[in-house]
Amino acid sequence: MKDLIEIRWHGRGGQGAKTASLLLADAAFNTGKYIQGFPEYGPERMGAPITAYNRISNEPIRIHSNIYEPDYVVVVDDTLLESVNVTAGLKEDGAIVINTTKSKDEIKKLLPNYNGDIYTIDARKISIEALGKYFPNTPMLAAIVKVSGIMSDENFLQDMKGSFAHKFAKKPEVIEGNMKALELALQEIKKI
Amino acid sequence: MGIRERLSGNEAAAIAMKQINPDVVAAFPITPSTEIPQYFSTFVSNGAVDTEFVAVESEHSAMSACVGAEAAGSRAMTATSANGLSYMWEMIYIASSLRLPIVMSLVNRAVSGPLNIHNDHSDAMGVRDSGWIMLFSENNQEAYDNLVMAHRIAENKDVLLPLMVCQDGFITSHSIENIELIEDNKVKEFVGTYKPEHYLLNDKEPIAIGPLDVQTYLFEHKFQQAEAMRNAKKVILEVAKDFEKMTGRKYSFFEEYKMEDAEIGIVCMNSTAGTTKTVVDSLREKGVKAGMVKIRVFRPFPADELPEALGNLKALAVMDKADSLNGAGGALFEDVTASMYTAKKQVPTVNYIYGIGGRDTTSKDIEEIYTALEDIAKTGNIDNPYRYVGLRK
Repeated sequence: MKDLIEIRWHGRGGQGAKTASLLLADAAFNTGKYIQGFPEYGPERMGAPITAYNRISNEPIRIHSNIYEPDYVVVVDDTLLESVNVTAGLKEDGAIVINTTKSKDEIKKLLPNYNGDIYTIDARKISIEALGKYFPNTPMLAAIVKVSGIMSDENFLQDMKGSFAHKFAKKPEVIEGNMKALELALQEIKKI
Repeated sequence: MGIRERLSGNEAAAIAMKQINPDVVAAFPITPSTEIPQYFSTFVSNGAVDTEFVAVESEHSAMSACVGAEAAGSRAMTATSANGLSYMWEMIYIASSLRLPIVMSLVNRAVSGPLNIHNDHSDAMGVRDSGWIMLFSENNQEAYDNLVMAHRIAENKDVLLPLMVCQDGFITSHSIENIELIEDNKVKEFVGTYKPEHYLLNDKEPIAIGPLDVQTYLFEHKFQQAEAMRNAKKVILEVAKDFEKMTGRKYSFFEEYKMEDAEIGIVCMNSTAGTTKTVVDSLREKGVKAGMVKIRVFRPFPADELPEALGNLKALAVMDKADSLNGAGGALFEDVTASMYTAKKQVPTVNYIYGIGGRDTTSKDIEEIYTALEDIAKTGNIDNPYRYVGLRK
């Protein structure tokens, strides 16, 4: 891992992009890293575009501003590709991770000025299969961990099991499904 | 050795309050400080603290309840932001003039209007002359540490003034970051038990608090408040020394960052100091002698100490996250330049208004200021000292 990794999340209000960014910060913290996880608060409403950020570093993090030149971008909802400049400032040696069923050509057409790596995953399919409902943030969390190499799959899954046990203490029946969503996402994320 | 954790600034403030376990907390929710009383009320419900939590109907009542609680002889805390602080205004002055060492967590936000829930320092700057001690915090760690130190400073018998700990709304209040917590028992021991000398519920000494104070006395009482504020400086340093012994973390009136040989420097407060440090580091790599001073203690203002730190610069910029709208510069700029003039330190100085209403303050903004300072250091020319950074053209 580089000394400092900066990640920008694009989602829509209600999809859990903020929660995913906080869970990622948690997981990285548990492997000994210095972390920041923060959303950009605006007039959020269900369905409105939202942005969240992560910094993950081996050194204490002092900077307190939004991220303008991220190493990675996560797009939780592919309809944002048409309305938000999701690759703005994205480093060429970084990558974008998109929740989509669109083909390589369709994606390329939507990101005409971007030449870096593109990864896609069908988070809807995974979520429905594992949880029976559409919660894209869990698969997207696994996808960015895999692509960025912040930690090994094993460490990540082990840590998330603990996090879910805590987060879902009052509804333990959903833990297994969430773990399955993570496992499937780690397998199905692919570079196009 | 401390406890490695990750918390938002609001969580850090709430945890500090839990460890302090005050007698009374009275608060009314307002963004972005809402989470502090929210988390704290769960500590009350779970029995983690034995605090009397007063869910008041307004901020005016929140501060009134704190005034009543402290006057009665108990330790009281609250939290608020922006318009909540505005609504407390009357009682803010009552608290300080009655010499009640209430501690407040102020999560800085722009005061309306137009309505804006995001960060700037206009709320804090509005009460800068109200007689409260004001500490500013770069991150969650400092917001936590400052609260742990707060009661020891405020309750000292040579001080007896209320104290507010400021941190930047959303930027640090809602950002999860690493933090080192202190063990509960150590905080408890450090903060100590509150033993007021004079208080209403002491049946052996019946007293009146807050009666009419006319021409014959108010002037002297205001002088005593000012004396208490001057006394606070010594106490702040003593408490910081004890805190360093416990945690290894060093605090003073301000933090000097790479100032020893600096030729150009920035004075700022709160989260922007962190961003400025990263810019100073990158400038130093290029051979630019840049430095920074972060004000921690804004009230009492370190007017005697600051000129020593800044006096050798060739150019200085003071950053204000609130515009005083007076056509003559922000509050921090005025305090810094007044202290420099009085100490006979002549450094070309400019003022930058920045980050109003949550406008993000970027590394590029800070670099722009240092670039302007390099030019001023070279030429000595200041066309206009009242400047803006990050303002859309």
